[in-house]
Amino acid sequence: MDCLRAIYPQLEDCAVVTIMGAVAAELYSLGHRANFFYLEHAMGLASSIGLGIALSQPDRKVVVLDGDGSVLMNLGGLTTLARSRPSNLVHVIFDNETLLSVGGGAPGGYKWFTTATSAGTDLAGIAKAAGFPRAQLVRELEDFEEAALDAIKGDQLTCIVAKVDAEMPKSFLMDVHMLENRFEFPRALQSKGGMNEHANR
Amino acid sequence: MPVSVANSQVVYDAIKGVGVTLVSALPETWLVHLIRMADEDPAMTLVRLAKEEEGVGVSAGAHFAGVKSAMLLQNHGFLQAINGIVGVSLLYKIPLLMLITDRGSFGEKDPWQTEGGKYTRPVLDALHIAHDDLSRPDDVQPKIAHAMTLAHASLSPVALLLQRNLMWEEPK
Repeated sequence: MDCLRAIYPQLEDCAVVTIMGAVAAELYSLGHRANFFYLEHAMGLASSIGLGIALSQPDRKVVVLDGDGSVLMNLGGLTTLARSRPSNLVHVIFDNETLLSVGGGAPGGYKWFTTATSAGTDLAGIAKAAGFPRAQLVRELEDFEEAALDAIKGDQLTCIVAKVDAEMPKSFLMDVHMLENRFEFPRALQSKGGMNEHANR
Repeated sequence: MPVSVANSQVVYDAIKGVGVTLVSALPETWLVHLIRMADEDPAMTLVRLAKEEEGVGVSAGAHFAGVKSAMLLQNHGFLQAINGIVGVSLLYKIPLLMLITDRGSFGEKDPWQTEGGKYTRPVLDALHIAHDDLSRPDDVQPKIAHAMTLAHASLSPVALLLQRNLMWEEPK
């Protein structure tokens, strides 16, 4: 949540694709914008959608807000990103080492549904080895903010893996229907007057 | 290699003719010329995938950004991509043009292709994905144009099954 708050102002002119669950709910709670697309299913494909946008609108910065569980379902996608190497894509992976959104009723709580990153799998290392020109692991909020803002301003395919606490969002409630989001998002991306004319809800 | 260059060109020209400027693909024998044509065409963006499901996401992103795309895949690739097709294309009502090589049908010599061939149409039907066969060169252009029109009108995936008759030339 603190990470999202730190970069939120810089997302105004970007195309933002998030995964389901906590990332979507927390970004939404900061204030929905028409240039945010929340992929509420299809784990692993947020970065693929981001790639399609990045290649189709090379002048637009694309920010993918991903998670460890989703990325682990599409590790090959990291190689596709690295191979296509769009300079306008920033792949942020929030690594809480769990499948947070599903774990409420688990024995020992949601922290019981761990992913392989809890056992040492290094997603930044995988991204780097996949061929990302830039991939880094950050553990502190200030480091994340600096790395993310730098990447958003920069012109190099970048992967930032941020180790974050596995905390449930205050609410998963999102008062924007999936289809509403699906239609407003391309309208924002394709509007000639820039995204902000559609951004305020 | 007896994959038809001439008919691959017919298919490629038809894809371009409906405005496709981005193609995602995973190689398979029948697709080699089509993928090469996309690779050699400076006006075409070719995304080389690691797994077909990614292509569903790439095409969705391209659609959001106002670009027409197509996927080139084998029927096993289609089977591989089902979760993405359901969770992205169908759930979010996003047009998707799939050109699927119809391996495992009559004439198939590779034993490993035969099982997947049996399920391609039943799975397409189960998902209510409109599909048609491409077997004659003369039909290619109109069928691809009609498929693209339906995909955008219905905001749905559509599939064209590339047949052996079209893609393969037995060595003389």
